[in-house]
Amino acid sequence: MTGSASSATPMLILDGVNVAFFGKTILKDVSLTLRRKEILALTGESGSGKSMTALAVMGLLPGRMRATGTLRLDGADLLSRTEAQMCRIRGNDIGMVFQEPMTALNPVQTIGDQVAETILIHSAANRRAARSRAAEVLARVGLPQDRFPLGRYPHELSGGQRQRVVIAMAIALRPKLLIADEPTTALDVTTQAQILDLLKSLVREEGMALLMITHDLAVVSDMADRIAVMQNGQVVETGPTRQLFARMEHPYTRQLFAASGHRASLPPQPSAARPLLEVHSVSRDYPLPRHIPFAPRQTFRAVDNVSFTLRAGERIGLVGESGCGKSTLTRAILGLEPVQEGQIALDGAPVFSHGRPNPEVRRKMQVVFQDPYGSFNPRHRVGKLITEPFHLLEKQPGAAERKDRIAQALSAVGLSPDDADKYIHAFSGGQRQRLAIARALIIRPELIIFDEAVSALDVRVRAQILDLMADLSRQYRLSYLFISHDLSVVRTITDRVLVMRQGKIVEDGPTGQVYTKPQHPYTRQLLDAAPRLPDIPPEMRHAPA
Amino acid sequence: MLTYLLKRLTSLVISLLVASLVIFLVVEVAPGDPASFMLGLNAQPDTVAALRTELGLDVPRYARYFAWLSGMISGDFGMSYTYRTPVAQMIADRFWVSMPLSLMALALSTLIAFPAGLFAAARRGSAGDMGVMGTTQLGVAIPNFWFAMMLVLVFAINLRWFSAGGFPGWDDPLLALKALTLPAIALALPQAAILTRVMRSALLDILGEDFMRTARAKGLSARQAIWRHGLRNALIPVLTIIGLQFSFLLAGAIIIEQVFFLPGLGRLVFQAITQRDLIVVESVVMLLVFAVIVVNFAVDLTYAAVDPRLRART
Repeated sequence: MTGSASSATPMLILDGVNVAFFGKTILKDVSLTLRRKEILALTGESGSGKSMTALAVMGLLPGRMRATGTLRLDGADLLSRTEAQMCRIRGNDIGMVFQEPMTALNPVQTIGDQVAETILIHSAANRRAARSRAAEVLARVGLPQDRFPLGRYPHELSGGQRQRVVIAMAIALRPKLLIADEPTTALDVTTQAQILDLLKSLVREEGMALLMITHDLAVVSDMADRIAVMQNGQVVETGPTRQLFARMEHPYTRQLFAASGHRASLPPQPSAARPLLEVHSVSRDYPLPRHIPFAPRQTFRAVDNVSFTLRAGERIGLVGESGCGKSTLTRAILGLEPVQEGQIALDGAPVFSHGRPNPEVRRKMQVVFQDPYGSFNPRHRVGKLITEPFHLLEKQPGAAERKDRIAQALSAVGLSPDDADKYIHAFSGGQRQRLAIARALIIRPELIIFDEAVSALDVRVRAQILDLMADLSRQYRLSYLFISHDLSVVRTITDRVLVMRQGKIVEDGPTGQVYTKPQHPYTRQLLDAAPRLPDIPPEMRHAPA
Repeated sequence: MLTYLLKRLTSLVISLLVASLVIFLVVEVAPGDPASFMLGLNAQPDTVAALRTELGLDVPRYARYFAWLSGMISGDFGMSYTYRTPVAQMIADRFWVSMPLSLMALALSTLIAFPAGLFAAARRGSAGDMGVMGTTQLGVAIPNFWFAMMLVLVFAINLRWFSAGGFPGWDDPLLALKALTLPAIALALPQAAILTRVMRSALLDILGEDFMRTARAKGLSARQAIWRHGLRNALIPVLTIIGLQFSFLLAGAIIIEQVFFLPGLGRLVFQAITQRDLIVVESVVMLLVFAVIVVNFAVDLTYAAVDPRLRART
């Protein structure tokens, strides 16, 4: 942490900033101050106005939205600037880093050109000087020239490396203010830790002020000197990090905190149950593109000799970073693709037979994906959407039974049977995920696979969905395979955890044990890198509803 | 990059071979014997047989296919059954009308579409955008032969700026270009309308991309961001359409060639079909296929030049 502020006058002042659009309030009376070398975290759920605040500072509000109030950067009034003047400020005095490193860079330009562009726009430097400064900045963010020459294209870099390039572009001219909008949300935990360290050291060494936007309270508590909590376009609570966590005066802050550390109460695991899903020495290869025409194809082993057994009623977590093979394994378990070695069986029957998913088995196994909106056809009514798995049944239920089962499934996930006639756009993100669960439940499977099923949800909604999962597991004696990159979520909803790395399962043990006494160095590394919520006395944890 | 090139070249050669086989078979199975057609209904069977031997029609099909193929590779397209002149010469004369016409039309449509598409995308939803979109709607809907006749009516008959048809040859290049101007405009307009729409929607897709927001955050104005980051990314779908349009222009100009009485490839193939001049039909179609495949090859190479990801994916 950067602690004491070196300068008395704040670098950034927002005083009573309002943004309204067609009578709808986007930001209401937002007041913030941020000093040099200070990190201010703006936190809250999606739609709370965090990103809008950042865009208002940048003068890049979408459409014809305008901000009113006072917005000062280093004493200069930003709201009275013309667009041409703002262009000179953006990139020069204010740098910005975005959430999605995979798409934030122009795919057809080299990283050197993109970093140099910031310099060329704002200074009189010639092309050569700009490129040599670009090389310096890239080295500063951890991309030295010997391994990452300026001529690299974005697609040749990993997500974390791309985020470093975006940061290099933002800090190339040593701006007074750096805005980072969810800079690590799309990254793996170990990469996240590295990027957060980089941002902290930049603030300390380059003397910038950092406005960091994140929904993740654990990241906030680790990074920020001060926090502002936003809800519905307003700042509801603000203060120095430790003090704010100790007091949590606003009920919303307490709710967020409680939801972030929420533990679902799982029913006890049935003892000595029959094996339900058996994965035996499974390997999955993908052919690689040929480098020489007609040469024999090389293969990439995405899943390498994986074995585990999931017993009836058991909840297993599968964690690992992107590219570790967890999605490939999931597709193989669902019988969507053949495996090159080993067998996968559900209740003794193979999941993949005669070149397609075995329908006998698919009936007992359903899946819930991350993106609740993308997995529904927007033109069908809910009643039709959630009965899609019926095609797996040998005998289609009649109209009356269909209706009953729709009502049952909707009630089971906390929705109303009347919702069957609505379209998907009428539901919020959390409700959509409830519908996805209802769709999985409707043919009464024994196993549900959750593939990053709560990763896109806000913390309070996530807590509710986790509770729902625990309830359903109790009520219907369901088994879960819970796939996630988020270690804290896996911890609350599983009995056993498998840690996957480079296609192999490196650790397999009871959840509590893996988290408290990890055996494999990689597991320890993952746990160390994961940001943690500050320890708050238990009486604070019980937020009023 | 080299692998990419080799792969594209291999597929080019295979496509050409497959196309030649298909063309040969289709023309061969078409009813009508050229020899009997040429000699008329009252010909004696032995006269027909003699002509068949002379034309090389009496050897087995596979032998004729290989003779045709190897001849084409060495530039010998055979003799026209009807005119008894080398096909190569006939095609070459026509080619130097059709090819410049297509290129002119293509250049014209690109010159219209790029600025119009950019203008409409940058001012999405404005009156200007709606004006451009309305005009393209009209451009797509109007049949080009009707538009061609209107051009003749206005510019040739009333204003007398251009001649109404015919082609004076390339002895005077300026005169030749002048003769091709009205046909090129008639051909280009519907193509320009389609290309404008593609350009606009490709740019609008790109404007929503995250890297465009990054470009703004660097300090680029909206216009600079489109110019420096949007255009090149929007080029891929536009190039695809340009490639398709060129093939269409080269082979599909028959009607316009009729309207302007131009001695192009379209007219040649049309006449050859009615006269059962199979060797000419085969050769012209093969030439068109060749042109289309080569243009697509060029488009593939341009893709790779524009998008580094394609170069890497070999």
